[in-house]
Amino acid sequence: MNAPDRSALAPAAYASTWETNFNFAYLDERSKRMIRRAILKAVAIPGYQVPFGSREMPLPYGWGTGGIQVTASIIGPDDVLKVIDQGADDTVNAVNIRRFFQRTTGVRTTESTAAATVIQTRHRIPEVPLSAHQILVYQVPVPEPLQRLEPREVETRRMHGLSEYGLMHVKFYEDIARYGHIVTTYDYPVMVDGRYLMSPSPIPAFDNPKMHMNPALQLFGAGREKRIYAVPPHTAVESLAFDDYPFAPQRWDAVCAICAAADSFLDEVITDDRGGRMHVCSDTDYCRTRQAAAP
Amino acid sequence: MIAPDDPPILRVTALAKHYGARAAAIDVSFELWPGEVLAVVGESGSGKTTLLDCVSARQRPDAGRVEFLTRHEGMVDIFALSEAQRRLLARTDWGFVHQNATEGLRMNMSAGANVGERLMALGERNYGRIRQEANDWLARVEMDVARIDETPVTFSGGMRQRLQIARNLVTRPRRVFMDEPTSGLDVSVQARLLDLLRSLTRQLSQAAIIVTHDLAVARLMAHRMIVMKDGRVIEHGLTDQVLDDPQHPYTQLLVSSVLTP
Amino acid sequence: MYVAVKGGERAIENSLALLASQRRGDPQVPELTLQQIREQMRLAVDRVMTEGSVYDEDLAALALKQAAGDTLEAVFLLRAYRATLPRLGYTQAIDTAQMQLARRVSATFKDLPGGQLLGPTYDYTQRLLDFSLAAAAEPPVAPESPMEVEAAAVPRVMDLLAAEGLIEVCQPREGDPAPADLTRDPLHFPADRPTRLQNLARGDEGFLLALGYSTQRGYAHSHPFAAEIRFGRVEIEIEPDELGFAVSIGDIDVTECQMVNQFAGSATELPRFTRGYGLCFGHCERKAMAMALVDRALCAAELGEDVVAPAQMPEFVLSHSDSLEASGFVAHLKLPHYVDFQAELELLRRMRSRDIATAAEAA
Repeated sequence: MNAPDRSALAPAAYASTWETNFNFAYLDERSKRMIRRAILKAVAIPGYQVPFGSREMPLPYGWGTGGIQVTASIIGPDDVLKVIDQGADDTVNAVNIRRFFQRTTGVRTTESTAAATVIQTRHRIPEVPLSAHQILVYQVPVPEPLQRLEPREVETRRMHGLSEYGLMHVKFYEDIARYGHIVTTYDYPVMVDGRYLMSPSPIPAFDNPKMHMNPALQLFGAGREKRIYAVPPHTAVESLAFDDYPFAPQRWDAVCAICAAADSFLDEVITDDRGGRMHVCSDTDYCRTRQAAAP
Repeated sequence: MIAPDDPPILRVTALAKHYGARAAAIDVSFELWPGEVLAVVGESGSGKTTLLDCVSARQRPDAGRVEFLTRHEGMVDIFALSEAQRRLLARTDWGFVHQNATEGLRMNMSAGANVGERLMALGERNYGRIRQEANDWLARVEMDVARIDETPVTFSGGMRQRLQIARNLVTRPRRVFMDEPTSGLDVSVQARLLDLLRSLTRQLSQAAIIVTHDLAVARLMAHRMIVMKDGRVIEHGLTDQVLDDPQHPYTQLLVSSVLTP
Repeated sequence: MYVAVKGGERAIENSLALLASQRRGDPQVPELTLQQIREQMRLAVDRVMTEGSVYDEDLAALALKQAAGDTLEAVFLLRAYRATLPRLGYTQAIDTAQMQLARRVSATFKDLPGGQLLGPTYDYTQRLLDFSLAAAAEPPVAPESPMEVEAAAVPRVMDLLAAEGLIEVCQPREGDPAPADLTRDPLHFPADRPTRLQNLARGDEGFLLALGYSTQRGYAHSHPFAAEIRFGRVEIEIEPDELGFAVSIGDIDVTECQMVNQFAGSATELPRFTRGYGLCFGHCERKAMAMALVDRALCAAELGEDVVAPAQMPEFVLSHSDSLEASGFVAHLKLPHYVDFQAELELLRRMRSRDIATAAEAA
């Protein structure tokens, strides 16, 4: 199968080249069509996990193949791609995935959240609010929010179909009875559009509020488990809680040691072996932008 | 009080169920009114457990009908409902107390969670209220409320049964089924549990079916009873009448076999 | 002044260079050729083809060379390559009754039409390290085959049992629907037997071996007997639309195992033996046998048996049989997880300081 000649489409300004042995974005067009159909269905049913024929990709299952397949199916030559892992552009996995898309599409890549049209992320939502022309693609390891309580898919499918989510609330009840508060700190389950219980992927609970009524399209890809789901723009996303024990994401006593941000998710960095530590923004682009703007 | 024209809460008509060549239940019919306790008595193999499973929708019968009087839609054939509707009824208006408490409880969750689960499944979102309700029910089934956060793994058989009862009754189901709820428990524990069950069903005006091989349980708990043998109902009537003046030879045999102290 | 760690891209490039050098090993030692791997690491090639779901000995050899002998890594390479290949069509079902037999044994009968053909097997070797292999030697000479065996002279044991009505009949479902294609569509539960077999055929040999073994040790015993194990060459035929008849496009080696298992009957059926089936590319008897044991175990629900053991649970077996999914997810724990860990750290510190404070107050 010969790859179509893409050189006419890509502006000469794009410095990077791509492999000519593969189709644009690696996947064949039939596979992309299959994935787009799944995406459309997912957008039509917010929060519902749509099964799809996940393909074997050059990266291993569990390392972001779902996110990669979603991105590969929606990306076009004019897109600008940002890839982050743990909020940083420079972690090895983000670098690897960005290289993969550079090799197979030749699209422009960026580290700036504001400049990107497609952002593929693992475990964080960028601090800078997104806008209507952007798409956020999440890498999802375990799409089923109930899996740790009920491993059987036949059962969880029924629970989603019948909207029977008591088991999740029971888990939270137990947390409060045992610890005095809910002890889920990441991959905190949410109700989407008041209908489906969804796993937001292992983003910290701190990031959950960003999903609510977001003007951007949020797509979720789980390659190993073969599920795609979506939160369309401006959709209600509520973190589960009790009325008298409301959702309360974590706060730090510190601010970022580099840019002094008090409102971002902070990474703890160990600086010496005597317990010395400092906090820095997990979102490297946010931190750098603030640093540059500081007087 | 039940008026003569009130419809029954449950009506079973010509129910039959086979397992391969063996007929477990044949042509069983009866009715049950609100506030009534019906005992289904028989030895093992009589078909009483099969009957209970079919009438509680845990199994589908091969013939016959089971109709339930819903709160708003009158009598419905429970097998004509969708699975969603049946599951909703099972969580709200139906109760099932298993012979083996571990089947009716979440053994890895606290007593409080076990009682509160139905409430949470129905949309209760206030932790304080759920806990209070669980607390109240544990007290009502005469359990030590200080154990509300413990899991049933550490409970005795009698306590597990009490917890199972609380878990079922928290939504005040109008119909409760019990499968040998006291078998395997110490005699004194049995007696107290039966007293508790009797007073609860009376307080909540529930219709209850209790399956048992123990005539003493039937005598204590039930207004009416049916006797099953080889899948058929061979005698039925008011409990005292059947036990004091059995007509069928098999019933006579059962009654006369009861060990008296 | 703290400077954020940079240079991930260069680190990756250096890592790849180190890996290439490690894969090649001592440059003084002659490089392995694909032919050497294909000819002399035959069984590794067969396993990689089976789990990689591609019958191509040279590609499998290449994958093994690139993976420095790590079979799972080689399987990954083949599967990823397969995903890029265009699908030209489906072959006819292979007919193992017409197999050109290199080996055929049965544990259920002492003698039977076609006899016990031992063929090349490790079964009767004594596991003593042969130090003569440390040096190159004269290539051994294979004995002459006594005669060409006619396929018709070697009927399948299952067919013999079926002729007497003793074995369950496996009929296609009404309308003979096409089986699901797990290379295209996701697995759905409940999964029918064709889908399960497909999943098992691609499944990791170690996992299936352990599960099969568990059924022999009481975790859902089914009294299995190896009715027949065949290894040999079968023809591959396709029927192009334009021709309207089937043409042979080549042949491949396969191993087939049929197990006879505990009988079952019902109200309407006389008791019959049940069966388990295993099939793989090349000579992979262990895998074919394990697959047959697990296939039978997974039929438990359909046969009305109590499901009590992991080998009988389709969701458990089929969700964890794929070595790519398993190794990918286990290995992914090496990826950075510091954001989530941070969240857990904060929570734990908060809980501990609160508990310490409460204890101090109480004291």
